Formats: sequence, structure tokens, C-alpha cells
Amino acid sequence: MVEKGSWTVKKGLAEMLKGGVIMDVTTPEQAKIAEEAGACAVMALERVPADIRAAGGVARMADPTIIKRIMDAVTIPVMAKARIGHFVEAQILEALGADYIDESEVLTPADDLYHINKHDFKVPFVCGAKNLGEALRRIGEGAAMIRTKGEPGTGNVVEAVRHMRAVMGEVRRLQNLPKEELMTAAKEMAAPYDLVLYVAEHGKLPVVNFAAGGIATPADAALMMQLGVDGVFVGSGIFKSKDPAARAKAIVAATTHYNDPQILAEISTDLGEAMPGIEISTLSPTERMQERGW
Amino acid sequence: MKIGVLALQGAFREHRLMIESCGTEAVEVRKPASLDQVQGLIIPGGESTTIGKLMCDFGLDQAILQRAEAGMPIFGTCAGLIMLAKTVRGSNQFSLGLMDIEVERNAFGRQVDSFEFDLPVPVLGYKPFRAVFIRAPWIEKAAPNVGILAQYNEKIVFVRQGNFLASSFHPELTGDNRIHRYFLNMVKEAVN
Repeated sequence: MVEKGSWTVKKGLAEMLKGGVIMDVTTPEQAKIAEEAGACAVMALERVPADIRAAGGVARMADPTIIKRIMDAVTIPVMAKARIGHFVEAQILEALGADYIDESEVLTPADDLYHINKHDFKVPFVCGAKNLGEALRRIGEGAAMIRTKGEPGTGNVVEAVRHMRAVMGEVRRLQNLPKEELMTAAKEMAAPYDLVLYVAEHGKLPVVNFAAGGIATPADAALMMQLGVDGVFVGSGIFKSKDPAARAKAIVAATTHYNDPQILAEISTDLGEAMPGIEISTLSPTERMQERGW
Repeated sequence: MKIGVLALQGAFREHRLMIESCGTEAVEVRKPASLDQVQGLIIPGGESTTIGKLMCDFGLDQAILQRAEAGMPIFGTCAGLIMLAKTVRGSNQFSLGLMDIEVERNAFGRQVDSFEFDLPVPVLGYKPFRAVFIRAPWIEKAAPNVGILAQYNEKIVFVRQGNFLASSFHPELTGDNRIHRYFLNMVKEAVN
């Protein structure tokens, strides 16, 4: 019997993206540049996070025309973002044939209490998380891939690092707890008990875990890889820089050769200026996208 | 005996774990020098355009071709199958061109069309193989010197040509290591 949209198939695509770079693009031309540079997938958007931040107002799912044009332009997987809790945007993206849906804090949340029940869909979902509890809640709802939230559109990697260290620290802590303490741990981190048991036993998340939110240089990508992520999302970092094609290619190489400082030194040379960065402390709490969702 | 797993991008960790589950040592290959210590190579699933570019940028294309000519067995899955093919339909992307096959990329459709299926694979015995197809290619044409090991709906999805083995689906994503053991036997025969 043919089984479509199974958990193996949903999680499987994320496995194929590992060791790769997923790039935000807003036009078919940018999608081609990303593909040519070696991106393993693109995220089709109307605006990159830095511009969403600058524009303010309500950020929604991209116009289907843009998503379709980008799908026609490249052969690599095309992802798209839906607002947190907006299951109809997700239904539309699935109908369009998007390969992955990012239920994303970069867009303005549509529901302040509930995320999408991602088990309802054949298309797989990726969701952001700041810590292990949040990651396991999203997986419990059906996310087949997790990424750090970081702080999108800032070109500042500090929040992605904080979130990755938080997840890894909590994973290590669970591994060291005796079994009778795991239910209390599940209660404290508000995470499904069966997933807490899985993490305690295996020492890792049950799905692929990428870095996102503030990655702007090859060194940033390699840093996140050395901290233990499986791959990297780059949002504004590429097309807000001086030489997007060269930077994109260098970040791809850095994600593969993250453990080789010699190669990292070579590929980091002559890339032109990175995107302008934002110091996190200058953002008011309401400007921090990572606080969206729970 | 050591098996290399090309670790440029994609599901290389799963292949390494499968080889290790067969009791054989696996090495992640990112640079040409690592090829010297292996007797067989797996090219994993991932994005074929990404893997192809990284292969050429870091000199692995020539290094792999040299070893292949000298008889090293290679097993490619999904993107790895595309890398082994002589012709990729409607595309000018790089491939090693070691197998006389013509492949169609994303032939089964986009991710919403990805599927799993109990595939009969006669060389593995009576029990079908749980085959996971993810945005998978199929083999449109195979030369007479290519052995067809499995078909799905009359589409060729698993082939062998001499020391080269290739599948559209992902045997590294299921617990079943029969195809990895089949490949290890090919490597053993080539070494002796």
C-alpha cells in the first residue's frame, strides 16, 4: 500500500536537508542565485525579516503568485511561511505544493493561544524554539523539523546561540536524570512525557534541528554547526549583504566544512560587507519576534 | 574494510549508522584525502545540485572518478543516484556519469507526493523492502548493460551496473539494512 505524507516521509525530507543552507528569497531571480550558490532549499517570502522588521504592520503569508513563480524557477525544495496558528494559510500553502511550511514567528501571529495542529497535514512543518520544552511541544503538535528562533532580521547570532545552548543543555540534563524524575521534568518544561523520555534515552531531539535567526557570515554558520545543529537557515543575511552570490556560496561551503578552520579562512575572504546588524538590547520586548508563540 | 560516506550535504549520518549496524567501519568523506582510506563509497540523498557543486569546488569529482575507474564500488541513493547517472533529463547540472542511465529528477512530484511502499526486490529475497521515496527521481532509460533490481509502477527505481549500485529511494531511513549488506558484499568481492 502506498502511504503518502507519513511521519517517515515528512521527517525524511528534513534529513535530506541536513548539512545544508536554506535561504530566504523574495523573487525567482534570487531563488536562482541561491540554487546556483548551492542552497539545499529556499524559503519563498514577500519580504526578508529585516524588511518586515523595518516595515512594521501585519506580516502575512506571501502572495501565492510569488511562491508559484519561485517554485517554477528552481528544482530544489521551496518552503513558505504561515502565521502561527493560521491553519488556513497552511492549507493554502499545502494546496500550492510548497514542500515545507514554516509556522513562523517572523510573521504576525494569527492566534495568541494555539499553534497549528500539524498532524492534520501531508506537508511537513518546521517550527522555531527557544528551549527544549518549546521544541518538544511543537514536535508533539506534529512539527517534523525544529529550528532555533534566534532573533530574525538582526544579523546578530547571539540569540540563536543562546537558544541552541539552551536546548543542548536541557538535553544533557535529561540524559542525566533518573527515570522517576522525568515526569516532573516534563511538567516543569511543559513538554509531552513520551518525547521527554525519547530525549532522555537518545540524547537528541527526535527530529532534525537547524539554526535560524541572525546568521550573517560563514563563521556564524560554522559556529552553529559546531554547537551541534544539523544545518542553517539564512534569512536577511544573504540578500541584505553587498555581494549575495559570493556570500551565499561561502555560507554553503562553511556549513559543510564547519570543522576546518583553514577552509573557513579561505572562504571568508573577500566577501564584501555583511548585512548591517542590530544589537539585541536596542530592541524593545515587543520588537522581539522570538517572544511570539509559546 | 572501511566504507566512505560522502558528507558534503544530506543524510550522510543515517548511512554511516547503517554501515556501522552491519559491523563495518564508516568514514565521513569531505575532502579527497579521506578517500584514500576507504574501499567503497556511498553518495547519500540530499540536494543533488548542492552535492554536485561542493564536489567540484573541493576536487572530489576527479578523486572519485579516479577511484571508480580503479574499481571502487559506489552506492548512490536519490541525489546519489543522480550523481552516478550519465544523463540528467532537462538539466545541465553536474553528475559523475558513471552509470549508463538517464534519470528524471523529482519525477514522482513535490514533497506532498512523497511516499513509502513495500517494494518487491527479488535479489533481497521474498520479503519486500520498505522503500521511502522523497521528492525522488526515477530512471527513465537504462542501457542493456544495466541490471534492473526493482521497479515501482513500471518505473525503474533500483539498478546495478558492475561496481555501481543506485536507488531512487532511501534504504538508510528504515531499520532494514539488507541493501547496505548487499553493497558491503559488492565491496568485499571488489577487494578480493
